Amino acid sequence: MRRILAVIVAIVVVLVIVAILWGTRGRNAPTTVDYGAASAAKAVPAASASPPDDGNWTMPGKDYASTRFSGLNQITPANVGKLQVAFTFSTGTTEGFEAPPLVVNNTMYVVTPWPNNVFALDLTKPGAPAKWVYKPNTAAAAKGVACCGPVNRGAVYADGKLFLNLLDGHTVALDANSGAELWRTQVADIQKGETITMAPLVAAGKVLVGNSGGEMGVRGRLTALDEGSGKIAWIGYSTGPDKDVLIGPDYHPPYAKDAGKDLGVSTWPPGMWKIGGGSVWGWLSYDPKLKLVYYGTSNPGPWNSTQRPGDNKFTAGVFARDIDTGKVRWFYQSTPHDLYDHDDINEIVLADVPGPNGQRIPAMLRPSRNGFFYVQDRRSGRVLSAQPYGYINVYKGVDLKSGQLIPVPAMEPQEGRVLRNICPASPGAKDWNPSAFSPITGLVYIPHINLCQDMGIQNANYIAGTPFVGADVKMYAGPGGNRGVFTAWDPIAQRKVFEIKEDLPLWSPALATGGNLVFYGTMDGWFKAIDARTGKLLWQFKTASGIIGQPISYRGPDGRQYIAVPSGVGGWAGAIVTADLDPDDPTAALGFVNAVKDLKTRVAAGGVVYVFALPQ
Amino acid sequence: MSSLYRNSFAAIALLALICGCDRDKQEPRGNPLGETIPIAASPDTIFPGGKTPPSLDPRAAAYEQNAYAIAQGQQLFTWMNCAGCHSHGGGGMGPALMDGKWRYGGRIDQIAASIANGRPNGMPSWRGKLTNQQIWQLAAYVRTLSGQVRKDAVGARGDTMSNSPPQTETVRKPVTQADSAQ
Repeated sequence: MRRILAVIVAIVVVLVIVAILWGTRGRNAPTTVDYGAASAAKAVPAASASPPDDGNWTMPGKDYASTRFSGLNQITPANVGKLQVAFTFSTGTTEGFEAPPLVVNNTMYVVTPWPNNVFALDLTKPGAPAKWVYKPNTAAAAKGVACCGPVNRGAVYADGKLFLNLLDGHTVALDANSGAELWRTQVADIQKGETITMAPLVAAGKVLVGNSGGEMGVRGRLTALDEGSGKIAWIGYSTGPDKDVLIGPDYHPPYAKDAGKDLGVSTWPPGMWKIGGGSVWGWLSYDPKLKLVYYGTSNPGPWNSTQRPGDNKFTAGVFARDIDTGKVRWFYQSTPHDLYDHDDINEIVLADVPGPNGQRIPAMLRPSRNGFFYVQDRRSGRVLSAQPYGYINVYKGVDLKSGQLIPVPAMEPQEGRVLRNICPASPGAKDWNPSAFSPITGLVYIPHINLCQDMGIQNANYIAGTPFVGADVKMYAGPGGNRGVFTAWDPIAQRKVFEIKEDLPLWSPALATGGNLVFYGTMDGWFKAIDARTGKLLWQFKTASGIIGQPISYRGPDGRQYIAVPSGVGGWAGAIVTADLDPDDPTAALGFVNAVKDLKTRVAAGGVVYVFALPQ
Repeated sequence: MSSLYRNSFAAIALLALICGCDRDKQEPRGNPLGETIPIAASPDTIFPGGKTPPSLDPRAAAYEQNAYAIAQGQQLFTWMNCAGCHSHGGGGMGPALMDGKWRYGGRIDQIAASIANGRPNGMPSWRGKLTNQQIWQLAAYVRTLSGQVRKDAVGARGDTMSNSPPQTETVRKPVTQADSAQ
């Protein structure tokens, strides 16, 4: 054992040295996007899931590997200081604006939060006037069952069509040229508290859509629709018997703890799996080579964990499913019997990491909500490493042998008393807002939060279409007092390279570019560009509202590089502003309001897309 | 029934009469108030031909400021998952109920109408799911969230392991007229 340890330490030391040498070399080299060959010590994107940049931005994650990396490199640390507004576009909405604009063939597609209108803007004309506008008449009642703001996380462009989900439970396909609706399929039911906030993933002729409602006692699932017709091809549930979860002979979980028959039933009190959550409201990635789609499931319901003794499978874990059949290849439960609402729906970056004998392991990089940064073999699900990237006091670590998360027993909430200082809080060390991965630096850029909370639990009653929570929560800043953190994480060395403390919780995704820049925004509206290697702040611009949306980069019709970002505060963290909540109640918005009492005086609601470019 | 009991009952009734106080009045089985669905409570504040706001529903008096009704409403507020959306008055999925802003009116009969009928932005309709008496009790409790009720009628402690301050500390907020708040 000791010898193995010594070997591991030696390997890590060598890797770190190589990484440092490589980093120094890169600093003096001209910025190019050529990151293919000499990257022995770095993670590199899965080649089949991350094709060379064509200047478009067709899906929220940029590519199937979910890198959120643009290869465009005209904007660099040297000239980013001159970045200026090229044009702006107001959506007319004031709910949380999370969806990235998409750019395809000189058209920008902007998707708004509820009512989920779509604008197609002509980038070839001055001021980018709209070519068409699509208004789906999304039901207003859906807002009443959307736990954390009536947000939308974006559309997807594929094969001349635009696919998006409506808050009221429908998926629609539009003709990207005309905005005409091609089909509309209902995949979720607001009467049961189901909504859709996630962006679909379109691959191999399928449109993959999950439901939201982990706080409403829904039964989580992923639905595959036929790309051409909108007809349902398969449904893979997150709970229930194996035949519903689509578990069969092909199922090979990496650890014994996730193996067994009908675990989606037997790890629950009788019948509770029917209302047990495990919703699919986050991010999907796809490996075209393995033909596997990867995604995480939400927290189990209710939050009151004493009502659901057991591991509560298959919630708060990661599924790998065959995209054609939906059959589960493997499942790994990151947080068995979740106690604090630590969903596992965060982004999954598909990257190949250095393995033994100079080989590369097809892996996935996952900054999970429970605070651990997982590197897993994406063929098998085996955990290669799991280190905390934020402050954690409720888990001791992850046992790599069994794959088991090790909880701190004293931090288990009990009925009849308020448990104090739970870190990370319910939104985790990081919530929905995805990281970016730069193949140039090999680093993952994680916008996240630093919150702890008090929690008192009580019995939750299930009434369809109403919240199923059973917890009173009060959040506040974690150690250090800063509520947001921006961390550059080395997934190979398993350590942070730099960290930027932000006063407000970070609720915006990140963007990395070929010019060695990283962009992100703050909830009070600052859009920032930092050096991808050092984290040095190089440029910032104050937008109208707060930023919780995905920035993107694209090549305009004039051949220039543009950066676009939505500005419109909201979501769970910004609900105090968009829904005008009262800071006198610390438990408002499931306890988030207490952590952002000052937000109303710092920012107002809005909905504007900003587009930036260098001066001509 | 012993005469002692009868006498003390009479004394209590007399005392209640003298005090003119029905804060402690309890009606566990509900008082036959006839048709008790609040229907007359228009949230509107403009009336063609001159301002004649509808008078307060006569049934309101049985619930408003009544400790028993408020306590029952408080329990229902948790049991029926009202707190899941409105938290302990600060709001969340649903609007805040403690800030004195009322989209559909802040009078007890208007609140009862909102609970019974639902509202189009996601407030479910509870008519037929709760008894009319329970709807009034809930409305009576909702009024306490913005401090509209005398301090000796509200519960000093919540029913849950709440992270909120006790209701006796609630600051009274002036009830604005029905407005579309946002």
